[in-house]
Amino acid sequence: METVLKASDINKYFYDPVKFQVLKELDFEVKKGEFVSIVGKSGCGKSTLLYILSTMDTDFEGELEINGEKLTKQKQNYLARFRNEHIGFVFQFHYLLPEFTSLQNVMIPALKLGKYSRQEVEERALEKLKLLGVEEQAHKLTSKLSGGQQQRVAIARALINDPTIIMGDEPTGNLDKKNTENVFAIFKELTQTYHQTIIAVTHDQDFAHNSDRIIEMSDGVILKAN
Amino acid sequence: MKLAFEIAITHLLAKPKQTLVAMLGVTFGIGMFITMMSMMTGLNNFTDELTLRITPHIRMYHDVAMSRETLLDELSPQTMNVVHHQKPKKEQNRLKDGFQIVQFLQKQPEVAAASPRVTTQAFCNYGPVQINANVMGVDIAQENKMFKLSEKIKAGTFDPLLSPNSDAILIGRGLAKKLNILVGDRLNLTTPQGNVFNLKVVGIFAMGIGTYDDVNCYAHIATVQSMLQKDKRYITEISINMLDLEQADEFAQKIQKTFKYKTEDFSTANATIAVGKAFRNILTATVSATLLLVAGFGIYNILNMTILNKMKDIAILKATGFAARDVMAIFMIESVLIGFFGSLLGLLMGFGLSYWIATLPFDAGNVIDLKHLPINFNPLFYVVGIIFGMMTTALAGYFPSRKGGKIDPVRILRG
Ligand SMILES: Nc1ncnc2c1ncn2[C@@H]1O[C@H](COP(=O)(O)OP(=O)(O)OP(=O)(O)O)[C@@H](O)[C@H]1O
Ligand SMILES: [Mg+2]
Repeated sequence: METVLKASDINKYFYDPVKFQVLKELDFEVKKGEFVSIVGKSGCGKSTLLYILSTMDTDFEGELEINGEKLTKQKQNYLARFRNEHIGFVFQFHYLLPEFTSLQNVMIPALKLGKYSRQEVEERALEKLKLLGVEEQAHKLTSKLSGGQQQRVAIARALINDPTIIMGDEPTGNLDKKNTENVFAIFKELTQTYHQTIIAVTHDQDFAHNSDRIIEMSDGVILKAN
Repeated sequence: MKLAFEIAITHLLAKPKQTLVAMLGVTFGIGMFITMMSMMTGLNNFTDELTLRITPHIRMYHDVAMSRETLLDELSPQTMNVVHHQKPKKEQNRLKDGFQIVQFLQKQPEVAAASPRVTTQAFCNYGPVQINANVMGVDIAQENKMFKLSEKIKAGTFDPLLSPNSDAILIGRGLAKKLNILVGDRLNLTTPQGNVFNLKVVGIFAMGIGTYDDVNCYAHIATVQSMLQKDKRYITEISINMLDLEQADEFAQKIQKTFKYKTEDFSTANATIAVGKAFRNILTATVSATLLLVAGFGIYNILNMTILNKMKDIAILKATGFAARDVMAIFMIESVLIGFFGSLLGLLMGFGLSYWIATLPFDAGNVIDLKHLPINFNPLFYVVGIIFGMMTTALAGYFPSRKGGKIDPVRILRG
């Protein structure tokens, strides 16, 4: 299997209030079609790592390669375009645009990409919402949704552009058992059938154990990346 | 771009009150700008028009007191000569070859009309009272071209003045009222030399300026020449109107050089008007700029606030693939939309306000004929207004928008 993501010698520091190294000499690879879980204690640097992998945080030492492209030292505009096309992100706190409907929230990244016509984008967006069981909320403002519904809309949004890698920061943190299983099944299918890659931070033991591989972190280092 | 537009519209509509307040700021600025401009230029044009109603663009006359070279300078130009208190030569104030000059001027392509004049004071006897009058001998056809006399005739006609051998006279409305005279009546005029002439009133005119209509009369140039007991070639003044008033200054200097007679152009003769205009323009510019500045600050503030409130949204957009310039575009579109619709409303407000002021009755008494304030409905102000409005809002929106584009998504999303 080919490598889709390669992180080498990643160091990250925070300077406020005192200089403090969050990530230390991280070195790992993720293969195409892999479903990877990242686990670790709260505060060990999982979210920080994910922001770096998603190309949003460029303030770090080391090299990052996705899809064979070296992304360190690329321009912000280029990275924005790259994220749009190749990376779907589910945030830890399921952020949606509150003034737009669920459907619009899912459609916006696709409209930005401009690969499909508006009509097609809408159809695809509805499809994704249905997949996650929130098609009934499609025309509601997202500020009027429950936490779990919002999280599922956020996942639908992450899927809309068929990204190479889907990154989730506790993507099922707000979901009940049934929905967690559903999301897990969706992720499994995406990796197995469509060879998309999933990197998900999780505190859910079952979720982690059922994924292909677990990366365990502790205080900014990887303990075990089997 | 279309997407940025949709997002901008959604933002604006989600906070209708805030959007409206920002828009009304611009509306007020542009509305006042247009109203001020319409009033001020209306007034400027009115004072110009008022003066031009009775003043030609250029007057040419023989300035007897015009400074001349001393005799000593003529005789020994090499030496330094000092002559104290030189007096003018005794000269008649006639324009030599005046009619030829008039003919020459009438042939010039930039000249609209040129009219010879000779003027005399006279007393009108009205019972025991003597009323002062100013009788102008003119070429009535040329005067008509210059001052649209035919529109100013309130009774009778000026046609008899076209022929030289008439005893016809056209008198001002104020004077007619004072003398209690009607068209067809005869009038006795006594010249300063003591000669009495009996003329027939053929028409009454009103220029709409009280001080003018109270004293002035028109007669044929030959009539006044005979009142003054002068020959048929005697004229003292030439009035000239240009096709374009702007050329008056230059043309006046040119013909002064050619004919060696003093000329005076409109703007020099009415320098106070120019000063008043300059002041009004400064006032208009200052007030309008202040209003626009205030509107600009309003937009700047509101956009800054919007962007502060939308930090999370901006972070999400950037995380899902919007670049800094895309985010900036969204907020620029918002400010330009506010500017456009605010200015559009401003145009309506400006027009409404000017229109309302123009309909207010205004009483200038007997001094000037004026029923309403003069308002200048120049479409140019509306074009300038909308351009100003858009420019101000674009400028006010630029810095907050740029700041919005630069927001670091990670900082926001970390919470
Ligand atoms: N902006 C910041 N400035 C300074 N320190 C920070 C900043 N953001 C995070 N940290 C610190 O970096 C460490 C890693 O934070 P991070 O958010 O990556 O943890 P995490 O593993 O995602 O935890 P959780 O499971 O609770 O989400 C923490 O100790 C945190 O306090
Ligand atoms: Mg975290």
